[in-house]
Amino acid sequence: MSIFISMIRKETLHLLRDFRTMTVVLIMPLVLLLLFGFAISTEVNNINVVAIVERHTDDTRQMLEKFRVNPYFTFQGIATFNEVEPMLRAGKTDAAVVLRYDGARLCHQIIVDASNTNTAQTATAYIENIINGNLEIPIITNTLYNPQLKSAYNFVPGIMGMIFILICAMMTSVSIVSEKETGTMDLLLVSPVRPRTIILGKIIPYFLLSCIILTLMLLLSYTTLGIPFSASVLNVIWVTVVYIILALSLGLFISTLASNQVTALLISGVLFMIPVIMLSGMMFPIENMPVILQWFSCIIPARWYISAMRTLMIQQLPVSYIIPEIVILGVMTVAALLLAIKKFNTKH
Amino acid sequence: MSNAIEIQGITKKYGNLTALDNVTLSVPQGMMFGLIGPDGAGKTTLYRILTTLLSPDTGTATVAGLDTVKDYRLIRACIGYMPERFSLYPDLTVDENLHFFASLFGVRVEDNYDLIAPIFTQLAKFPNRRAGDLSGGMKQKLALGCALIHRPKVLLLDEPTTGVDAVSRSEFWDMLATLKKKGITILVSTSYMDEAQRCERIALIDKGRILDANTPEKLVDGLGKNLYNASAKEMYPLLGALRSLPDVKDCYTFGATLHIVTEDGFNPADTVRKLSQMGLTDVRIYPAKGDIEDLFIKLAGNEE
Repeated sequence: MSIFISMIRKETLHLLRDFRTMTVVLIMPLVLLLLFGFAISTEVNNINVVAIVERHTDDTRQMLEKFRVNPYFTFQGIATFNEVEPMLRAGKTDAAVVLRYDGARLCHQIIVDASNTNTAQTATAYIENIINGNLEIPIITNTLYNPQLKSAYNFVPGIMGMIFILICAMMTSVSIVSEKETGTMDLLLVSPVRPRTIILGKIIPYFLLSCIILTLMLLLSYTTLGIPFSASVLNVIWVTVVYIILALSLGLFISTLASNQVTALLISGVLFMIPVIMLSGMMFPIENMPVILQWFSCIIPARWYISAMRTLMIQQLPVSYIIPEIVILGVMTVAALLLAIKKFNTKH
Repeated sequence: MSNAIEIQGITKKYGNLTALDNVTLSVPQGMMFGLIGPDGAGKTTLYRILTTLLSPDTGTATVAGLDTVKDYRLIRACIGYMPERFSLYPDLTVDENLHFFASLFGVRVEDNYDLIAPIFTQLAKFPNRRAGDLSGGMKQKLALGCALIHRPKVLLLDEPTTGVDAVSRSEFWDMLATLKKKGITILVSTSYMDEAQRCERIALIDKGRILDANTPEKLVDGLGKNLYNASAKEMYPLLGALRSLPDVKDCYTFGATLHIVTEDGFNPADTVRKLSQMGLTDVRIYPAKGDIEDLFIKLAGNEE
């Protein structure tokens, strides 16, 4: 049995024996996908609306009918001006639509409870959409790539960007550092095995594990979450593989810095997890950030990966549209790998 | 006879701390050599240099005729190293550990099993038990087996018996004696002074310096005559009382009694009388045969 095969076999045994970690690692990505895909949605449903109507006409009746049948709204009926404020204060309603006539022209006002700005903005937009439908010059909106504005479309690339950094970087670094802690790393290093064989023997099992996770996540995304399936899935796979290698190299690099498992966990948690969630564009649009944070987000690999995934998975565009992302990810991968191997060699 | 390990003027510093201070030592081929010293004496640093994990700041070392810096790759194939802590994979079984370490050196377990068979008589009964579930003594045997599986010329054992019960310790030393007979050079470190007696030659190390190196007998002979056992009903007051006497150079607990190192011309009978007057009862002072521990206390004291 060659040294390399037995290194991989050993590492696989570690993984299989640690049943709990394995379960978490395999189940967590799927749970996250489902959570963000279904439970945590930025769509606003069931907005409670009351109407204040000065004078009933065909136009106003037609408009109220639209609120009644729209699935996003729960139409609570007609109220007087004096009733609305207490209702908003008590949280009994989310928004009030005021319809009155300025001469012959129908005017409208929207009063909205903005204690949750997100809901308020979305509700206002929805209400305006309905009212504008009645204008003489209608605005026709075409929503490209995600016509139903499903949250899942937005979150799948983000979750993938987060999961691989988490699993690859954290698990590789912890596994290497734990060997340092127990002293088995010394035994490996005093054997005739070359350091690069040790590194590869460590990385490849986690690479394979990541590939299994990738398969599971893609299956879930294309079936349950209904991401449109097309040939671009091949591009999604190879770009993700590059990203996995980058994450593994980062894990290796952390392992050369950390002397115990807690440090390794903290570094991969604080240094990678938080920026990935906050600054990669997964949750908050990069364009809305202060300029300094926008610059900072450039060094976060997940930013480029998530952007590439959105182009490939959601927009279904060919690879030529994400060349900058691919080049940046490629350069980062090579740099991280070289740095990690250099650090690994000089340390011992 | 050539030397299996040759250490020439090695110094190693960690920042301001000098872990090894100009250490020179040679271990002849096929010898069981003991490195005796307290925790923090620099033993582990010396092992890490000999196993090529560390480079010395100055000085050179050869193991099996190979330089630890230049020929580090060649050395790695011919040494067996057992670090201070239990360093096997606790989640792998006995068999898996053994086969893994064999494969690291590109050998098959079956080819060298004869060498470790005496160690493995007990372990062979449960090849599928996880290494982490073994008792302390068994872990030690497994670690020794893994360090030997590639038939090393030189065996480097760093405090192999720390934290192991007395019976297993004794068994472990019997095994080392068997290995020595097969021509393997063994450098073993320990902080248990009683184990030093089982080595052919020992070196005493403290604060990074070799205090003395010789056979255990010769080293103990050098202790001289001025060593006595002392005991009384009230042991603790006795220690204080003895230390206050002018012709007592040093006094320390030694098992159930006290050992006292005295100036020439110390008179035991006078001292007993003096101590009895101080209110101590059942005082006894009689000549003691010194051992390594006494020697160590003496040498370490001289250093200061």
